[in-house]
Amino acid sequence: MNPWLRGLIYAVVVINVFLTITAWSIWFERKFSGRMQSRLGPTFYGPMGLLQPVVDGIKLIQKEFLIPINADRLLFVIAPPLTVVLALGTAAVVPFGADIIAADLDIGVLYLLALGSLTIIPVWMSGWSSNNKYAMLGAMRAVAQGVSYEIPLVLASLVPVILAGSMSLSDIVRFQIKHGWFAFWPPGPGFFAFLFFLPASLAEANRIPFDIPEAESELIAGVSTEYTGMGFGLLYLAEYLHTLVISAVASVLFFGGWDGPFAPGLHWMVLKTLGLFAGIFWVRWSLVRFRSDQLMSICWRYLVPGGLILVMSAGLWVHFHRGSG
Amino acid sequence: MNQAWISTLVFLVVSAVLAASVMIAARILGVASKRRTKLTLTTYECGEEPEGPAWLKFHPRYYVVALVFVLFDVEAVFLFTWALILPDLGMLAIVDMFLFIGILLLGWVFALSKGALRWQ
Repeated sequence: MNPWLRGLIYAVVVINVFLTITAWSIWFERKFSGRMQSRLGPTFYGPMGLLQPVVDGIKLIQKEFLIPINADRLLFVIAPPLTVVLALGTAAVVPFGADIIAADLDIGVLYLLALGSLTIIPVWMSGWSSNNKYAMLGAMRAVAQGVSYEIPLVLASLVPVILAGSMSLSDIVRFQIKHGWFAFWPPGPGFFAFLFFLPASLAEANRIPFDIPEAESELIAGVSTEYTGMGFGLLYLAEYLHTLVISAVASVLFFGGWDGPFAPGLHWMVLKTLGLFAGIFWVRWSLVRFRSDQLMSICWRYLVPGGLILVMSAGLWVHFHRGSG
Repeated sequence: MNQAWISTLVFLVVSAVLAASVMIAARILGVASKRRTKLTLTTYECGEEPEGPAWLKFHPRYYVVALVFVLFDVEAVFLFTWALILPDLGMLAIVDMFLFIGILLLGWVFALSKGALRWQ
Protein backbone atom coordinates (compact mmCIF):
# COMPACT_ATOMS: atom_id res chain seq x y z
CA MET A 1 0.00 0.00 0.00
CA ASN A 2 1.10 3.56 -0.67
CA PRO A 3 2.75 4.71 2.59
CA TRP A 4 1.06 8.12 2.52
CA LEU A 5 -2.37 6.53 2.10
CA ARG A 6 -1.59 3.84 4.68
CA GLY A 7 -0.55 6.44 7.22
CA LEU A 8 -3.66 8.50 6.58
CA ILE A 9 -6.14 5.61 6.77
CA TYR A 10 -4.57 4.10 9.87
CA ALA A 11 -4.24 7.47 11.53
CA VAL A 12 -7.92 8.30 11.05
CA VAL A 13 -9.11 4.86 12.16
CA VAL A 14 -6.72 4.39 15.09
CA ILE A 15 -7.18 7.93 16.38
CA ASN A 16 -10.96 7.64 16.22
CA VAL A 17 -10.98 4.31 17.99
CA PHE A 18 -8.56 5.53 20.65
CA LEU A 19 -10.53 8.69 21.29
CA THR A 20 -13.80 6.75 21.55
CA ILE A 21 -12.33 4.21 23.93
CA THR A 22 -10.79 7.01 25.97
CA ALA A 23 -14.05 8.95 26.20
CA TRP A 24 -15.96 5.94 27.44
CA SER A 25 -13.12 4.83 29.67
CA ILE A 26 -13.72 8.01 31.64
CA TRP A 27 -17.33 6.90 32.07
CA PHE A 28 -16.11 3.42 32.98
CA GLU A 29 -13.65 4.77 35.49
CA ARG A 30 -16.26 6.94 37.19
CA LYS A 31 -18.71 4.06 37.34
CA PHE A 32 -16.02 1.66 38.55
CA SER A 33 -14.66 4.00 41.20
CA GLY A 34 -18.22 4.76 42.26
CA ARG A 35 -18.91 1.09 42.81
CA MET A 36 -15.61 0.65 44.68
CA GLN A 37 -16.64 3.42 47.04
CA SER A 38 -20.29 2.27 47.39
CA ARG A 39 -21.56 5.09 45.19
CA LEU A 40 -23.48 4.92 41.93
CA GLY A 41 -21.25 6.99 39.66
CA PRO A 42 -22.85 8.87 36.73
CA THR A 43 -26.53 8.00 36.28
CA PHE A 44 -28.26 11.03 34.76
CA TYR A 45 -27.52 11.06 31.04
CA GLY A 46 -28.55 8.02 29.05
CA PRO A 47 -28.94 4.48 30.41
CA MET A 48 -26.49 3.97 33.29
CA GLY A 49 -25.06 7.40 32.55
CA LEU A 50 -23.60 6.20 29.24
CA LEU A 51 -23.97 9.59 27.59
CA GLN A 52 -21.85 11.27 30.27
CA PRO A 53 -18.70 11.59 28.06
CA VAL A 54 -20.75 13.34 25.34
CA VAL A 55 -22.18 15.78 27.85
CA ASP A 56 -18.73 16.39 29.33
CA GLY A 57 -17.33 17.10 25.88
CA ILE A 58 -20.05 19.60 25.05
CA LYS A 59 -19.56 21.29 28.39
CA LEU A 60 -15.79 21.57 28.01
CA ILE A 61 -15.94 22.91 24.46
CA GLN A 62 -18.42 25.63 25.46
CA LYS A 63 -16.31 26.94 28.30
CA GLU A 64 -14.22 30.01 27.82
CA PHE A 65 -10.50 29.44 27.36
CA LEU A 66 -8.90 32.01 29.64
CA ILE A 67 -5.24 32.94 29.31
CA PRO A 68 -3.87 34.48 32.51
CA ILE A 69 -2.53 37.98 32.03
CA ASN A 70 1.02 37.11 33.17
CA ALA A 71 1.21 33.87 31.24
CA ASP A 72 3.53 33.08 28.37
CA ARG A 73 0.72 33.08 25.83
CA LEU A 74 2.26 30.99 23.05
CA LEU A 75 3.48 28.16 25.30
CA PHE A 76 0.25 28.27 27.30
CA VAL A 77 -1.87 27.69 24.18
CA ILE A 78 0.23 25.05 22.43
CA ALA A 79 0.99 22.88 25.46
CA PRO A 80 -2.37 21.00 25.74
CA PRO A 81 -2.65 20.05 22.04
CA LEU A 82 1.01 19.02 22.07
CA THR A 83 0.43 16.53 24.91
CA VAL A 84 -2.39 14.99 22.88
CA VAL A 85 -0.24 14.78 19.74
CA LEU A 86 2.54 13.00 21.62
CA ALA A 87 0.13 10.60 23.32
CA LEU A 88 -1.59 9.75 20.02
CA GLY A 89 1.63 9.64 17.99
CA THR A 90 2.93 6.67 19.97
CA ALA A 91 -0.01 4.61 18.68
CA ALA A 92 1.50 4.72 15.18
CA VAL A 93 3.92 1.85 15.81
CA VAL A 94 1.66 -0.39 17.92
CA PRO A 95 0.62 -3.54 16.02
CA PHE A 96 -3.02 -4.52 16.52
CA GLY A 97 -2.83 -7.62 14.40
CA ALA A 98 -0.50 -9.56 12.11
CA ASP A 99 -0.66 -6.80 9.50
CA ILE A 100 -2.74 -4.17 11.27
CA ILE A 101 -0.12 -1.54 12.01
CA ALA A 102 0.19 2.03 10.83
CA ALA A 103 3.96 2.05 10.52
CA ASP A 104 6.10 -0.99 11.24
CA LEU A 105 9.23 0.94 12.15
CA ASP A 106 12.35 -1.17 12.60
CA ILE A 107 13.18 0.91 15.68
CA GLY A 108 9.62 0.89 17.04
CA VAL A 109 10.58 0.56 20.71
CA LEU A 110 13.00 3.47 20.48
CA TYR A 111 10.34 5.61 18.77
CA LEU A 112 7.86 4.79 21.52
CA LEU A 113 10.31 5.67 24.27
CA ALA A 114 11.40 8.85 22.53
CA LEU A 115 7.87 10.14 22.05
CA GLY A 116 6.91 8.98 25.53
CA SER A 117 9.74 10.88 27.17
CA LEU A 118 8.97 13.99 25.09
CA THR A 119 5.64 14.29 26.97
CA ILE A 120 7.63 15.86 29.80
CA ILE A 121 8.15 18.92 27.61
CA PRO A 122 4.51 19.99 27.11
CA VAL A 123 3.82 19.27 30.78
CA TRP A 124 6.71 21.55 31.69
CA MET A 125 5.53 24.11 29.13
CA SER A 126 2.04 24.19 30.61
CA GLY A 127 3.35 24.51 34.15
CA TRP A 128 5.95 27.15 33.42
CA SER A 129 3.85 29.27 31.09
CA SER A 130 0.98 29.52 33.58
CA ASN A 131 3.10 31.75 35.82
CA ASN A 132 1.33 30.24 38.79
CA LYS A 133 3.20 28.94 41.83
CA TYR A 134 1.23 25.73 42.10
CA ALA A 135 1.64 25.03 38.39
CA MET A 136 5.36 25.76 38.68
CA LEU A 137 5.81 23.37 41.61
CA GLY A 138 3.82 20.74 39.76
CA ALA A 139 5.89 21.20 36.63
CA MET A 140 9.18 20.95 38.54
CA ARG A 141 8.05 17.73 40.18
CA ALA A 142 6.72 16.44 36.87
CA VAL A 143 10.07 16.90 35.19
CA ALA A 144 12.01 15.36 38.07
CA GLN A 145 9.64 12.39 38.16
CA GLY A 146 9.50 12.07 34.38
CA VAL A 147 13.25 11.97 33.85
CA SER A 148 13.78 9.64 36.80
CA TYR A 149 11.21 7.06 35.74
CA GLU A 150 12.48 7.28 32.19
CA ILE A 151 15.47 5.13 33.21
CA PRO A 152 13.56 2.11 34.60
CA LEU A 153 11.15 2.41 31.68
CA VAL A 154 13.95 2.21 29.13
CA LEU A 155 15.64 -0.64 30.99
CA ALA A 156 12.37 -2.59 31.34
CA SER A 157 11.52 -2.23 27.65
CA LEU A 158 15.08 -3.26 26.78
CA VAL A 159 14.42 -6.73 28.17
CA PRO A 160 11.95 -7.76 25.40
CA VAL A 161 14.29 -6.16 22.86
CA ILE A 162 17.20 -8.26 24.10
CA LEU A 163 15.12 -11.43 24.26
CA ALA A 164 13.64 -10.99 20.78
CA GLY A 165 16.75 -9.44 19.24
CA SER A 166 14.69 -6.80 17.44
CA MET A 167 13.30 -3.34 18.11
CA SER A 168 10.31 -3.70 15.80
CA LEU A 169 7.16 -4.28 17.83
CA SER A 170 5.68 -6.75 15.36
CA ASP A 171 8.93 -8.75 15.31
CA ILE A 172 8.77 -8.89 19.10
CA VAL A 173 5.23 -10.28 18.89
CA ARG A 174 6.22 -12.84 16.23
CA PHE A 175 9.06 -13.99 18.46
CA GLN A 176 6.63 -14.41 21.36
CA ILE A 177 4.20 -16.41 19.19
CA LYS A 178 7.04 -18.82 18.48
CA HIS A 179 8.65 -18.98 21.94
CA GLY A 180 5.99 -18.00 24.48
CA TRP A 181 4.95 -14.70 26.02
CA PHE A 182 7.71 -12.71 27.68
CA ALA A 183 5.67 -12.21 30.83
CA PHE A 184 5.86 -15.98 31.42
CA TRP A 185 8.50 -17.64 29.36
CA PRO A 186 12.04 -16.76 30.30
CA PRO A 187 11.03 -17.28 33.93
CA GLY A 188 12.39 -14.18 35.62
CA PRO A 189 13.57 -11.33 33.40
CA GLY A 190 10.35 -11.01 31.40
CA PHE A 191 7.96 -11.03 34.31
CA PHE A 192 10.04 -8.69 36.43
CA ALA A 193 10.51 -6.40 33.45
CA PHE A 194 6.71 -6.14 33.24
CA LEU A 195 6.57 -5.36 36.96
CA PHE A 196 9.09 -2.56 36.35
CA PHE A 197 7.49 -1.36 33.13
CA LEU A 198 4.03 -0.79 34.55
CA PRO A 199 4.86 1.61 37.42
CA ALA A 200 7.50 3.40 35.34
CA SER A 201 5.10 4.03 32.48
CA LEU A 202 2.32 5.06 34.86
CA ALA A 203 4.74 7.57 36.32
CA GLU A 204 5.40 8.91 32.82
CA ALA A 205 1.68 9.26 32.21
CA ASN A 206 1.28 10.97 35.61
CA ARG A 207 -1.40 8.56 36.75
CA ILE A 208 -2.27 7.96 40.39
CA PRO A 209 -0.37 6.70 42.43
CA PHE A 210 2.28 8.72 40.57
CA ASP A 211 0.31 11.91 39.95
CA ILE A 212 2.66 14.15 41.91
CA PRO A 213 2.50 16.88 39.20
CA GLU A 214 -1.22 17.15 39.70
CA ALA A 215 -1.51 16.29 43.39
CA GLU A 216 -4.81 18.09 43.97
CA SER A 217 -4.64 17.89 47.73
CA GLU A 218 -1.29 19.72 47.82
CA LEU A 219 -1.03 21.69 44.59
CA ILE A 220 -4.68 22.57 43.74
CA ALA A 221 -4.40 20.98 40.29
CA GLY A 222 -0.66 21.21 39.64
CA VAL A 223 0.21 22.00 36.05
CA SER A 224 -3.42 22.30 35.00
CA THR A 225 -4.37 24.86 37.67
CA GLU A 226 -4.73 27.76 35.23
CA TYR A 227 -6.34 25.81 32.40
CA THR A 228 -10.02 26.26 31.68
CA GLY A 229 -12.33 24.69 29.15
CA MET A 230 -10.76 22.68 26.37
CA GLY A 231 -7.19 23.35 27.55
CA PHE A 232 -7.96 21.40 30.68
CA GLY A 233 -9.96 18.91 28.65
CA LEU A 234 -7.02 18.13 26.38
CA LEU A 235 -4.56 17.76 29.26
CA TYR A 236 -6.98 15.37 30.90
CA LEU A 237 -7.61 13.52 27.64
CA ALA A 238 -3.88 13.13 27.02
CA GLU A 239 -3.45 11.44 30.39
CA TYR A 240 -6.07 8.83 29.54
CA LEU A 241 -4.77 8.40 26.00
CA HIS A 242 -1.30 7.86 27.37
CA THR A 243 -2.61 5.22 29.76
CA LEU A 244 -4.40 3.46 26.90
CA VAL A 245 -1.27 3.48 24.75
CA ILE A 246 0.73 2.11 27.70
CA SER A 247 -1.71 -0.78 28.05
CA ALA A 248 -1.42 -1.52 24.34
CA VAL A 249 2.38 -1.37 24.43
CA ALA A 250 2.58 -3.52 27.57
CA SER A 251 0.37 -6.18 25.98
CA VAL A 252 2.59 -6.13 22.88
CA LEU A 253 5.88 -6.27 24.76
CA PHE A 254 4.96 -8.74 27.48
CA PHE A 255 1.67 -10.51 26.65
CA GLY A 256 2.17 -11.60 23.07
CA GLY A 257 0.17 -8.84 21.34
CA TRP A 258 -2.26 -10.40 18.91
CA ASP A 259 -1.32 -13.96 19.88
CA GLY A 260 -4.19 -16.14 21.15
CA PRO A 261 -6.29 -19.18 20.29
CA PHE A 262 -9.75 -19.38 18.61
CA ALA A 263 -10.45 -15.74 17.87
CA PRO A 264 -8.76 -13.45 15.30
CA GLY A 265 -5.66 -11.61 16.49
CA LEU A 266 -7.28 -8.19 16.65
CA HIS A 267 -9.79 -9.45 19.23
CA TRP A 268 -7.03 -10.74 21.48
CA MET A 269 -5.09 -7.53 21.17
CA VAL A 270 -8.14 -5.45 22.11
CA LEU A 271 -9.00 -7.83 24.95
CA LYS A 272 -5.48 -7.68 26.45
CA THR A 273 -5.25 -3.93 26.07
CA LEU A 274 -8.60 -3.27 27.70
CA GLY A 275 -7.85 -5.81 30.42
CA LEU A 276 -4.63 -4.03 31.35
CA PHE A 277 -6.39 -0.68 31.05
CA ALA A 278 -9.05 -1.79 33.54
CA GLY A 279 -6.28 -3.17 35.76
CA ILE A 280 -4.63 0.26 35.80
CA PHE A 281 -7.93 1.81 36.93
CA TRP A 282 -8.14 -0.78 39.66
CA VAL A 283 -4.63 0.13 40.84
CA ARG A 284 -5.52 3.80 40.67
CA TRP A 285 -8.51 3.49 42.94
CA SER A 286 -6.82 1.10 45.36
CA LEU A 287 -3.62 2.97 46.13
CA VAL A 288 -2.94 6.39 47.57
CA ARG A 289 -0.52 8.91 46.11
CA PHE A 290 3.15 8.58 47.01
CA ARG A 291 5.00 11.46 48.54
CA SER A 292 7.44 13.26 46.25
CA ASP A 293 10.58 12.04 48.04
CA GLN A 294 9.24 8.48 48.36
CA LEU A 295 8.63 8.49 44.63
CA MET A 296 12.18 9.52 43.84
CA SER A 297 13.75 7.06 46.26
CA ILE A 298 11.67 4.14 44.91
CA CYS A 299 12.96 4.96 41.47
CA TRP A 300 16.64 5.62 42.18
CA ARG A 301 17.20 3.13 45.00
CA TYR A 302 15.30 0.11 43.71
CA LEU A 303 14.07 0.43 40.13
CA VAL A 304 17.28 1.70 38.49
CA PRO A 305 19.72 -0.91 39.88
CA GLY A 306 17.01 -3.57 39.56
CA GLY A 307 16.53 -2.64 35.92
CA LEU A 308 20.26 -2.91 35.25
CA ILE A 309 20.32 -6.37 36.84
CA LEU A 310 17.31 -7.37 34.71
CA VAL A 311 19.09 -6.25 31.54
CA MET A 312 22.18 -8.25 32.47
CA SER A 313 20.16 -11.38 33.29
CA ALA A 314 18.27 -11.08 30.01
CA GLY A 315 21.60 -10.81 28.19
CA LEU A 316 22.87 -13.94 29.93
CA TRP A 317 19.65 -15.80 29.09
CA VAL A 318 19.97 -14.94 25.41
CA HIS A 319 23.62 -15.91 25.37
CA PHE A 320 23.22 -19.30 27.00
CA HIS A 321 19.85 -20.32 25.58
CA ARG A 322 19.66 -18.87 22.13
CA GLY A 323 23.32 -18.33 21.27
CA SER A 324 24.02 -22.04 21.73
CA GLY A 325 20.89 -23.31 20.03
CA MET B 1 13.45 7.15 2.99
CA ASN B 2 11.97 4.10 4.65
CA GLN B 3 8.27 3.81 3.81
CA ALA B 4 7.22 3.25 7.42
CA TRP B 5 8.62 6.65 8.34
CA ILE B 6 6.30 8.33 5.83
CA SER B 7 3.31 6.63 7.48
CA THR B 8 4.57 7.71 10.89
CA LEU B 9 4.89 11.28 9.70
CA VAL B 10 1.35 11.25 8.27
CA PHE B 11 0.09 9.77 11.54
CA LEU B 12 1.73 12.54 13.55
CA VAL B 13 0.39 15.22 11.21
CA VAL B 14 -3.17 13.85 11.47
CA SER B 15 -3.00 13.83 15.27
CA ALA B 16 -1.61 17.38 15.24
CA VAL B 17 -4.43 18.53 12.96
CA LEU B 18 -6.97 16.89 15.24
CA ALA B 19 -5.54 18.42 18.43
CA ALA B 20 -5.29 21.87 16.84
CA SER B 21 -8.81 21.72 15.44
CA VAL B 22 -10.20 20.87 18.88
CA MET B 23 -8.56 24.01 20.27
CA ILE B 24 -9.89 26.11 17.38
CA ALA B 25 -13.39 24.62 17.76
CA ALA B 26 -13.29 25.47 21.44
CA ARG B 27 -12.25 29.00 20.51
CA ILE B 28 -15.22 29.37 18.16
CA LEU B 29 -17.84 27.58 20.26
CA GLY B 30 -16.65 28.85 23.63
CA VAL B 31 -18.99 31.30 25.31
CA ALA B 32 -17.03 34.38 26.37
CA SER B 33 -17.89 35.98 29.68
CA LYS B 34 -19.78 39.29 29.28
CA ARG B 35 -18.16 41.11 32.15
CA ARG B 36 -14.52 40.95 33.11
CA THR B 37 -13.06 42.46 36.20
CA LYS B 38 -9.34 43.01 36.59
CA LEU B 39 -9.22 39.78 38.60
CA THR B 40 -10.63 37.56 35.86
CA LEU B 41 -7.27 37.02 34.21
CA THR B 42 -5.06 36.84 37.29
CA THR B 43 -3.55 33.53 38.32
CA TYR B 44 -5.04 31.50 41.14
CA GLU B 45 -3.41 31.86 44.52
CA CYS B 46 -5.98 30.62 47.04
CA GLY B 47 -8.17 33.67 46.48
CA GLU B 48 -5.49 36.24 47.31
CA GLU B 49 -4.09 38.57 44.70
CA PRO B 50 -0.99 36.88 43.24
CA GLU B 51 2.25 38.05 44.79
CA GLY B 52 5.06 38.47 42.24
CA PRO B 53 5.91 36.13 39.37
CA ALA B 54 6.06 32.38 39.84
CA TRP B 55 9.33 32.02 37.94
CA LEU B 56 11.45 31.60 41.02
CA LYS B 57 14.66 29.88 42.07
CA PHE B 58 14.37 26.18 42.81
CA HIS B 59 16.21 23.72 44.97
CA PRO B 60 19.41 22.38 43.28
CA ARG B 61 18.38 18.76 43.85
CA TYR B 62 16.33 18.98 40.67
CA TYR B 63 19.50 19.85 38.81
CA VAL B 64 21.38 16.90 40.30
CA VAL B 65 18.61 14.50 39.32
CA ALA B 66 18.68 15.82 35.76
CA LEU B 67 22.46 15.35 35.68
CA VAL B 68 22.27 11.73 36.87
CA PHE B 69 19.45 11.15 34.38
CA VAL B 70 21.63 12.22 31.45
CA LEU B 71 24.30 9.78 32.59
CA PHE B 72 21.95 6.80 32.66
CA ASP B 73 20.02 7.78 29.54
CA VAL B 74 23.15 7.94 27.41
CA GLU B 75 24.02 4.51 28.74
CA ALA B 76 20.58 3.26 27.67
CA VAL B 77 21.27 4.31 24.07
CA PHE B 78 24.41 2.16 24.08
CA LEU B 79 22.42 -0.71 25.56
CA PHE B 80 19.95 -0.67 22.66
CA THR B 81 22.63 -1.20 20.04
CA TRP B 82 24.22 -3.82 22.26
CA ALA B 83 20.89 -5.68 22.58
CA LEU B 84 20.55 -6.03 18.81
CA ILE B 85 23.99 -7.46 18.06
CA LEU B 86 24.24 -9.59 21.20
CA PRO B 87 23.67 -12.99 19.52
CA ASP B 88 26.39 -12.31 16.95
CA LEU B 89 29.14 -11.22 19.33
CA GLY B 90 28.70 -13.87 22.01
CA MET B 91 30.68 -13.86 25.26
CA LEU B 92 32.76 -10.80 24.39
CA ALA B 93 29.68 -8.57 24.25
CA ILE B 94 28.41 -9.95 27.55
CA VAL B 95 31.70 -9.33 29.37
CA ASP B 96 32.07 -5.84 27.88
CA MET B 97 28.58 -4.81 28.84
CA PHE B 98 28.95 -6.22 32.35
CA LEU B 99 32.04 -4.06 32.79
CA PHE B 100 30.19 -1.04 31.40
CA ILE B 101 27.15 -1.55 33.63
CA GLY B 102 29.44 -2.32 36.56
CA ILE B 103 31.17 1.06 36.20
CA LEU B 104 27.77 2.74 36.03
CA LEU B 105 26.61 0.90 39.13
CA LEU B 106 29.74 2.18 40.89
CA GLY B 107 28.72 5.69 39.84
CA TRP B 108 25.25 4.99 41.17
CA VAL B 109 26.66 3.86 44.53
CA PHE B 110 28.79 7.04 44.64
CA ALA B 111 25.81 9.29 43.90
CA LEU B 112 23.77 7.47 46.51
CA SER B 113 26.45 7.71 49.21
CA LYS B 114 26.93 11.42 48.46
CA GLY B 115 23.21 11.88 49.06
CA ALA B 116 22.58 13.21 45.55
CA LEU B 117 19.44 11.11 45.25
CA ARG B 118 18.09 11.78 48.73
CA TRP B 119 15.03 14.02 48.85
CA GLN B 120 14.09 15.35 52.23
